[in-house]
Amino acid sequence: MRKRIFGLENEYGIVFTPEGRKTLPVEKAIRFLFEKLITTEHFLNVFLENGARFYQDTGCHPEYATPECASPRDLVLYDRAGERILEDLQAYAEGKVREDGVAGTLSIFKNNTDFVGNSYGCHENYLVDRDVDFYYLAEQLIPFLVTRQIYTGAGKVFQTQDGVHYCISQRAQHIYQKISGTTTNDRSIINTRDEPHADREKYRRLHVIVGDSNMSEYTNFLKVGTAAVVLQMIEDNFIKKDLTMRNPVKSIKDISYDVTCKKRIRLDNGKEYSPIEIQREYLDLAQDYQERYGVDDQLKDVIQKWAYVLGKLEDDPNKLDREIDWVIKRHMIEEYLDRRGMRWTNPRVYMMDLQFHDIRRDKGLFYLLERTGRAERILNDEEIEHAKEHPPSDTRAKLRGDFIKLARKNNIQYDLDWSNIRLGNLLNVRVICNNPFETDTEKVTELVRTIQKTNLRKTSLSKLVIQS
Amino acid sequence: MKIHAILGRDPDSQGLLQVTRAADQTQSRKTQDKESGKSKETREAKDLSERGKKLKEDMDELVDEIDEVLEENAEEFVKNYIQRGGE
Repeated sequence: MRKRIFGLENEYGIVFTPEGRKTLPVEKAIRFLFEKLITTEHFLNVFLENGARFYQDTGCHPEYATPECASPRDLVLYDRAGERILEDLQAYAEGKVREDGVAGTLSIFKNNTDFVGNSYGCHENYLVDRDVDFYYLAEQLIPFLVTRQIYTGAGKVFQTQDGVHYCISQRAQHIYQKISGTTTNDRSIINTRDEPHADREKYRRLHVIVGDSNMSEYTNFLKVGTAAVVLQMIEDNFIKKDLTMRNPVKSIKDISYDVTCKKRIRLDNGKEYSPIEIQREYLDLAQDYQERYGVDDQLKDVIQKWAYVLGKLEDDPNKLDREIDWVIKRHMIEEYLDRRGMRWTNPRVYMMDLQFHDIRRDKGLFYLLERTGRAERILNDEEIEHAKEHPPSDTRAKLRGDFIKLARKNNIQYDLDWSNIRLGNLLNVRVICNNPFETDTEKVTELVRTIQKTNLRKTSLSKLVIQS
Repeated sequence: MKIHAILGRDPDSQGLLQVTRAADQTQSRKTQDKESGKSKETREAKDLSERGKKLKEDMDELVDEIDEVLEENAEEFVKNYIQRGGE
């Protein structure tokens, strides 16, 4: 599939720290986050003007799902825009809480774990060709997903009886299955949820729940970009190599605990490879594929960056301290400890591990590094600011985003999901858009115009369905 | 004329001449390389130490900046950071 829809969902960690004795349970604090979003929809579930969805998820986590994006770079852009939206809401909510008589700080983290063993996710969604057998797809993809953490992991400090350690991935230790249907227990590498929000005959949705939330734009771009390359190869039946692992669930943890990235893991055929070598196999295939069939400019860039990071990982992973989250964070903590003469057991180590992911740009340690030119970027601030209010121009999100703007301006009542727009007083007018690549907003504009003219309150229009 | 012709056609003498010339060139290149290599090494070493110094200063600066924003009650904060499982 040359054209693909991408989506990224991030659940954020949230905590309220009171200044005095009076505190606020997080259930209440989270409501203040939503208060600024004036909407006619359900209170804790809203679609935004950029086409994204923002809602409260299981376990009281604010969750942002990007609008449908047509390229890895756009996905990184809209994921970043989500952080900025949340940053605005955080400031607003903190003020509101204070007005309510409780002083304190509301902190929001883009990570996936606390320090007592709870996890919340970052889910990737890829629209894939329905013709490809799902289990074939999963088998080809699993060795890739298990090993890609060496350049997509967000890093994590953890303690055992032997002392304090650092592992590559936040999620690895919370994965118990290869493939499963649930996300809250028995978390798997690939989830079988198959809601394509599109023509089911043509597409299926691939729901990957094994990844870490990323702070670095470079890491995030590589995460979704390499997945796009591998998916394209699988759909074109280009991968003939058998890299099936003997025990992928154990391997994902073993790889995460090895910061040298060189320890070998066993494949089903008895051979042993390091995670770098397995990634190298996929990269070699990708370079072959590119030579033979060609790929678009963005995927070219992805393959180039992929080769670059694997080279550095072979040489010395520490050399990726500007590009890859887990290396950036570990390098920062090491430099800090070294200069302050502290040990890894110091409580500040955990604080740095957490605060690296703080979404506030004046407080978050990743943002401190980025602002001072110590992290490679893919995007610029102007486009991120723009993406907070404007949907991607080349997907169905454009229809949704433009509709929301119009409806708000005209005080029209509406209700939305990914492929439906319902509007009018009784929500009896419905626009269905089952094609995520549809961008023709004319129908929506026309509909709004008709409604303005006829005034739905008086019209006998009982049910109107427009299908595109 | 004859001698010229022989010289011109004689592969060995021609070859020898070329080898000698090449050796001369190599020799002089080697000397040059040695000299420029030496100064290059010193320059590189100087660059490296300057870069190292800059890097060290940069990291000193970063660590100060971290201290400016890092939560003061680290231990307490981390202890209270308990989330419910998501998804």
